[in-house]
Amino acid sequence: MTDEILLAFLNDFRPSWSEDLRRRVGAATDRFVRVDSLRVDLQRFHAPEREQYHATLLLAEMLRHRPAGAGHIVGITEVDLFIPVLTFVFGQAQLGGPGAVVSVMRLHADYYGLPANESLLLDRAVKEVVHELGHGFGLVHCPDYSCVMSSSTYVEDVDLKAERYCPDCLDLLANPPESRVNVV
Amino acid sequence: MKKPRIMIVDDEQSVRSSLREWFLEDGFEVETAEDGLDALKKLDTGPFDLMIVDLKMPRMDGITLLRRLREVDPGGTVIILTAFAAVDTAVEALKLGAFDYVTKPVDPDELSHTVRRALEQKRLTEENVRLREKVSELSSSSPIIGGSPAMGHVMDLVCTVAETEASVVIRGESGTGKELIARAIHAGSPRRFFPIVAVNCGAIPETLLESELFGHEKGAYTGAHYRRKGKIELANGGTLFLDEIGEIPAKMQVDLLRVLESHRFTRLGGTQEIVSDFRLVCATNRNLEALVQEESFREDLYYRINVFSIDLPPLRERLEDIPLLTEHFVDKYARSMGKPPKQMTVEAGELLQSYDWPGNVRELENAIERAMVVGQGNRIRPEDLPLRVEQDAVRPRNRSLDALESGHISCVLREESGNVSQAARVLGIDRGTLYNKIKKYGIKSG
Repeated sequence: MTDEILLAFLNDFRPSWSEDLRRRVGAATDRFVRVDSLRVDLQRFHAPEREQYHATLLLAEMLRHRPAGAGHIVGITEVDLFIPVLTFVFGQAQLGGPGAVVSVMRLHADYYGLPANESLLLDRAVKEVVHELGHGFGLVHCPDYSCVMSSSTYVEDVDLKAERYCPDCLDLLANPPESRVNVV
Repeated sequence: MKKPRIMIVDDEQSVRSSLREWFLEDGFEVETAEDGLDALKKLDTGPFDLMIVDLKMPRMDGITLLRRLREVDPGGTVIILTAFAAVDTAVEALKLGAFDYVTKPVDPDELSHTVRRALEQKRLTEENVRLREKVSELSSSSPIIGGSPAMGHVMDLVCTVAETEASVVIRGESGTGKELIARAIHAGSPRRFFPIVAVNCGAIPETLLESELFGHEKGAYTGAHYRRKGKIELANGGTLFLDEIGEIPAKMQVDLLRVLESHRFTRLGGTQEIVSDFRLVCATNRNLEALVQEESFREDLYYRINVFSIDLPPLRERLEDIPLLTEHFVDKYARSMGKPPKQMTVEAGELLQSYDWPGNVRELENAIERAMVVGQGNRIRPEDLPLRVEQDAVRPRNRSLDALESGHISCVLREESGNVSQAARVLGIDRGTLYNKIKKYGIKSG
């Protein structure tokens, strides 16, 4: 497995800021990031009673499409995602695994009745992608509210945090707990 | 830092796996169970900080599970997961002690807040219990009083051993303050922020001592209605103080030795191995070596506990401490009775110095308490002291001249409210000589 990250925009969703997203995710993760489009049949994951799409099943689909060269794949979609017990999720990842999905639907300012703001949408998308990748690298939620790994259940939480890992999380990435030697 | 443990109980596999992922990302250690019966089985894997329980499940539903949990672990924290239609049942769950309920599908923010509040309440409850124990420990303990060389030596030993992890045996006659010394060792040790848990092995019937030390599971014996933690488990992180260790029954000696070697044990009627990291301090008024000789105390246990030994002198061997001890007890009982402190008359003071004190400091304390209750006016007179002290006080029997002189000087100084010039006049010596003697005997003149 390589360190490469593939950002896969699903179906016809390919925003004008995709290149900026690639660059900023690369800077935050210090990895090579590639952008591509991917066609998937989203109807298979649609739950009509909720008018939402099943994030876990879509995540499994992402793993099937992970190219041999990609270490991590992040599917990026405009549709609203859920997991069965929660009303919605911004995204989902496997803890310590190579797959993740992110929905930008609830990251749009106009979703909340505010004027559209593409720059803000890009900022939020960067943070969500870097956050889900962090889970893929084995990080759990961080108590530092300004760290990109802090938990976000509202979009305001997303705005509050930076798009970088805090020094503690960077330390965990550089020295995962299982590789640490206990010093007495 | 230890990860909080959570158990998710829901019959829907998709809910279990979704919540599992959600809580793993939040840094929890997660266990899942598909219904109430499965959850009860998995409780044996160790304590959970939080349980999230669905109401509607086959075999055993959430309400029945909650009732069973209340029986086994009344302090456990449970959040109920319910469909909108089952809110009435959720309210019933709250009456049974559930922390809160959330309705499926849950808003992520609501779930996150509810879990955070539940864990915070659990932390505060546990902290409250710890602080209450600490307050009761601090309010029940007394300072160690004494300026005699014998007590000075004891305190030196306490300072030396406190910082180590060595097991200590404190020896001394009944009433010499062995528990105070144990508490002083604990207070000076790195374990002082954790509890010191005391067990009087001689005061508890053999049949109950095992449960007292090791705890028991629900149903371990008739009357064991709840799971109960034993003193060894409660001492985790702190100090276990076993008073009257010489009285411990033979079978318990074997069990205790095993725990001391591995720090692992199981509760009575239980199978789950529990680890407790404690430091052992024991006390006895018996001659342990003689007990080993006559084979009523195991030799291997003796060597395990007797790493460091402290001998407490009886009060009759440190009579010079009596004035200070008396003053301390007078102040203590004056405060608790809401009375002004009383002064000791020279005669009463000399009586205290002339008695053998077979019951040691405890007997002295009782005598002062009695005098504070029955005494009239602002002086303690010989007739205020217990009859036994008055009658059995043997004038200068087996007493050195130094002890007599020191005691008499202390009494006169107290009578004269610490005024050295006045006391010197009464004693018929000059001030310089009195200062020298005060210094020589370590008498506090203030």
